[in-house]
Amino acid sequence: MAIINPRHAAKQLIYERVFRSATLSAAILVLLILGGVAVSLMRGAWPALKGFGFSFVTREIWNPVTDQFGALAPIYGTVVTSAIAMLLAVPAGFGIALFLTELCPPLLKRPIGVAVELLAAVPSIIFGIWGLFVLAPVLQRHVQPWLIAHLGVVPGIGHLFKGPPFGIGVLTAGVVLAIMVLPFIAATMRDVFDTVPPMLKESGYGLGATTWEVMWNVVVPHSRVGIVGGVMLGLGRALGETMAVTFVIGNAHRISSSLLAPGTTISSAIANEFTEAVGDLYTSSLIALGLLLFLITFTVIAAAQAMLRRLERRGGAAL
Amino acid sequence: MNRRALRKAKNGVFLALSLIATMTGLACLAAILWTLLSHGLAGMSWHLFTAMTPPPGGQGGLLNALYGSAVMTLLGILIGSPIGVLAGTYLAEYGRKSRLSTAIRFINDVLLSAPSIIIGLFIYEIVVVRMGHFSAIAGALSLAVLAIPVTLRTTEDMLNLVPIGMKDSSAALGAYPWRTTISVLYPAARSGIVTGLLLAIARISGETAPLLFTALNNQFWSTNLNAPMANLPVVIFQFALSPYKDWQDLAWAGALIITVSILVLSISARVLLALLQSGRGSGR
Repeated sequence: MAIINPRHAAKQLIYERVFRSATLSAAILVLLILGGVAVSLMRGAWPALKGFGFSFVTREIWNPVTDQFGALAPIYGTVVTSAIAMLLAVPAGFGIALFLTELCPPLLKRPIGVAVELLAAVPSIIFGIWGLFVLAPVLQRHVQPWLIAHLGVVPGIGHLFKGPPFGIGVLTAGVVLAIMVLPFIAATMRDVFDTVPPMLKESGYGLGATTWEVMWNVVVPHSRVGIVGGVMLGLGRALGETMAVTFVIGNAHRISSSLLAPGTTISSAIANEFTEAVGDLYTSSLIALGLLLFLITFTVIAAAQAMLRRLERRGGAAL
Repeated sequence: MNRRALRKAKNGVFLALSLIATMTGLACLAAILWTLLSHGLAGMSWHLFTAMTPPPGGQGGLLNALYGSAVMTLLGILIGSPIGVLAGTYLAEYGRKSRLSTAIRFINDVLLSAPSIIIGLFIYEIVVVRMGHFSAIAGALSLAVLAIPVTLRTTEDMLNLVPIGMKDSSAALGAYPWRTTISVLYPAARSGIVTGLLLAIARISGETAPLLFTALNNQFWSTNLNAPMANLPVVIFQFALSPYKDWQDLAWAGALIITVSILVLSISARVLLALLQSGRGSGR
């Protein structure tokens, strides 16, 4: 043991401690960031929450002149646009995942998978500018008149499709959101479907089941938790998405019974008004909106992660 | 027989629907790229890279915005990625299965998909309010916060891919974990970590929402990190929504520049990863 130089060894030990604490502090910083987000939002939102109390989330009024603020319209807009997005994107994402795992020729599997992932890399502002200048006019000219003429007269849901076709509005925002979250949902579902043991699928085929029957009766039940996790991850994105929605929703602080009318969401209200907000109560109300969004998305994303994690553990155990 | 035909028909319908869904997804990507190319190329000219953003109705370029975006993205990566890499190292090498690591992994995944506008509000509260004014440094910090989760995740995943034998060999030679990490693990996982950096750059260079009320915008040339700074996403946002034709053209050109750079970054990250995997495969 004579080759070990004690001074050298002591120095090594110091380096080791320094490096270890550096990595540990960086890791703890991640926790602090999330805690900091929560604390700073609560502090910023405090004047508004104190001033309006619980009525902040139940009132529709949003009047900077009289300093009266309520979050109901943005909450409504956020929920409705996300619901439309999920209604469109979940079946479509399921379809893409089905295509990629069961139907796609092996040669095309990778290019199409990459294309879907590239759609996820396009920044949201691009979806916004595209939605405003390309998608909104198309919807206004071709889709919305049809909806008004055909669905507008159906009793029960008719009121959802009343009014003039503005182009921009809640429905358009929902459609843009659907396109944005589609790649996330499709990619997660594909990854989940890939974890289904081939043996199970082969057994299904061996019994004479069709591709769809294997999909619906074998693959889907086996990957149920992962599917829900992927959907909730997409939902988390849709709820918090800002720029794309801000372009196409029309930014009107009111709740309209028609999906074709302009509206607002939590994130687009913040993006639009924050730099122009004068007065502490106005700024604080916008931060309170941010706090609400944080709480909603945190719950959804945390639930999604918990589900995907459960699946991962189960998959790990099964392998 | 009838029943069998029904089942086959049902199968056909659903498979056709799945094909249509895939086609729709691809068509959306194609439509977005096509729109960007057709509008953006019309606005492309040398002025973009030599002139400042113009006042309403005037001619101009995007030089200050391009510069500001580059500076803030670079600063964001310089601040965020070391934290992400170090934290990822802790999770992969020191913490592994501890309760703290499990919590950090969970929180990191939440941060990874948290709305970026919330991060903007956070930095506004702790930096802009304290300093009393908007600044490029606040913008860079909000981008750094967004870069951390991406680099952390890839670093941990890539370090976990390094064969355990390499770590053991280093330990057997008497090296402390820090030495092993720096001299053996980091070099072995280099391309993977670089992939993480590329993905992080791609993620933050298109972010708009967190810059709206941290870096704000600046119509003029500014290199002062302590003052508001122009940046491409916010300029696109303002110009696209303006009624002026010149501004809208600039917005389209900016959108094309941003999208092309991000797609190039994401594709190179993927190619790098593919090379890494094929190299690993043949090495064994």
